[in-house]
Amino acid sequence: MRKHTRSWLLYAALAGLYLLHNDLWLWNDPALVLGLPVGLAYHVAFCVATAVVLTLLVIYAWPDDLEVPDAEARREGRR
Amino acid sequence: MTLAIIIAYTAIVLVIGLFSHRFFLGTSEDYFVAARTLGPFILLVSLFGANMTAFALLGSSGEAYMEGIGVFALMASSSALVIPVVFFFIGTRIWALGKRRGYLTPVQFFRERWGSDGLGLLLFVVQIGLLIPYLLIGVMGGGTTLTQVTDGQVPDWVGGALICAVVLAYVTYGGMRGTIWVNVFQTMVLLGLGFIAFWVIVGKLGGLQAAMARVAAAHPDMLVRGEHIKPLQLLTYTFIPLSVGMFPHMFIHWLTAKDAASFRPTLAFYPLCIAVVWVPSVVLGVLARADFPDLGAGAANSILVKMIGRNAPGVLAGLLAAGVFAAIMNSFDSQVHSVGTMFTQDIVRHYGFHDRMSERTQILVGRLFIVAILIATYLLSRVTSRSIFKLGVWCFTGFAALFPVVVAAVFWKRSTKWGAVASTASTIGLWVYFVVHGWKDPDYTLAGTGIMPVAVILLVSTAAMILGSLLTRPPDAATLAKFFPRDAA
Repeated sequence: MRKHTRSWLLYAALAGLYLLHNDLWLWNDPALVLGLPVGLAYHVAFCVATAVVLTLLVIYAWPDDLEVPDAEARREGRR
Repeated sequence: MTLAIIIAYTAIVLVIGLFSHRFFLGTSEDYFVAARTLGPFILLVSLFGANMTAFALLGSSGEAYMEGIGVFALMASSSALVIPVVFFFIGTRIWALGKRRGYLTPVQFFRERWGSDGLGLLLFVVQIGLLIPYLLIGVMGGGTTLTQVTDGQVPDWVGGALICAVVLAYVTYGGMRGTIWVNVFQTMVLLGLGFIAFWVIVGKLGGLQAAMARVAAAHPDMLVRGEHIKPLQLLTYTFIPLSVGMFPHMFIHWLTAKDAASFRPTLAFYPLCIAVVWVPSVVLGVLARADFPDLGAGAANSILVKMIGRNAPGVLAGLLAAGVFAAIMNSFDSQVHSVGTMFTQDIVRHYGFHDRMSERTQILVGRLFIVAILIATYLLSRVTSRSIFKLGVWCFTGFAALFPVVVAAVFWKRSTKWGAVASTASTIGLWVYFVVHGWKDPDYTLAGTGIMPVAVILLVSTAAMILGSLLTRPPDAATLAKFFPRDAA
């Protein structure tokens, strides 16, 4: 898969996470999962899922043009 | 015991901060942005620490006590997604521009990006204006909390003075490097403390299942969102963490990275750090409902202190005091350093010396400003009304509403200074309007719908940025070549 495609898939995954943050289906559910209320456990899992997607993002969709060699920085004139 | 732990903790912080000076290179770049040398681990910990205030430890448990588990989704997991995404799309690019062009402050960047001194000055005033309440809240809240955790042994004026004095010593002497070294230590304390407090207290309460069952029996509404939070509030609250894009201290912290790759672990681990700090605080706040059922909003803010006092006094209470110190100073030192840096670079150096100022003079002026800011903050904190705490919440809204300015600066070639001015002006106008309307109601949302004011201000500010830019003359090719070199090539 090309990097461009991978990047857009991962951006879509971030958008998906944003939608999944709004867990209306658990709004009034008092069940406990591993000792935590399910509405809290879900958002802890959400943090873990976010970390996974961001890890994939930095591995597979890291922009190529970010690094600035010292020589280039000096050439552009430091303050 | 608590007092002894505070004194020992303060001594450790001072030693770390002052020791960092041994690595000082003597340049202004080193003093203001640690010579852009921070590697991945230090960058992660210092960025996380600089963005965590005492609210993450005490305010979050107080909010959870009042509103239940929904606080985590509202304030923590939303930040776990939005903040690293801002770092990815904005922070890394600001770092690259900062290294290429030698920027030390956000104002330098915006001024040059749109070729306007006036815009730079406007953003300077707005950013400093929104940051000042934070500085005051840090000192005032820190003093009060230390009085509580030491059972009145440390009066609040002494606590505030102690925080200012310690920060003054290591920030003035060590600059950004001292600030970061101390941040790393304090963030580790903060991360560890929440876990220890959680472990000990939940153990005393008979385990998590048993403790939650007690809350479920007496206050079942604490375990669901129910009426405490509205769905539209959850949706629109996600705009609040966009504020990291315009916080001056976060901007300056981005510039300290050694290379772009140093941001990678920060992005990956930031959500987990948020969970580690916030889960214990929120759970303990919810569990406290069973032990302290009828506290008001003011008393709820010290619920963690009360829980520790009842379930684990002694050493843990002392460690909590250290954790409070860590949380307060972690963000306070970065904010003080950023204000000192901005006054030195954006006002004295730019207007007083026309950007020609020796390295030595820059460092001297930077130090003098940091001392002056700390003294002024402390004196103001002694005469300011406690209602300023209400303003703190609104400052996040103000910074978040300015987010379109930094997005346009980084990504939109057609954006102009007039677009940025329109965006900033609309933010100021609407921010004042909503502060006046929402001042008396801490849970203010638009007509009670749950829509946070930040959503409206952000929408208008974005529209103003777009319209203001499209209706004015495009930026010249030379400017664009500086900021979009790949497209120019």
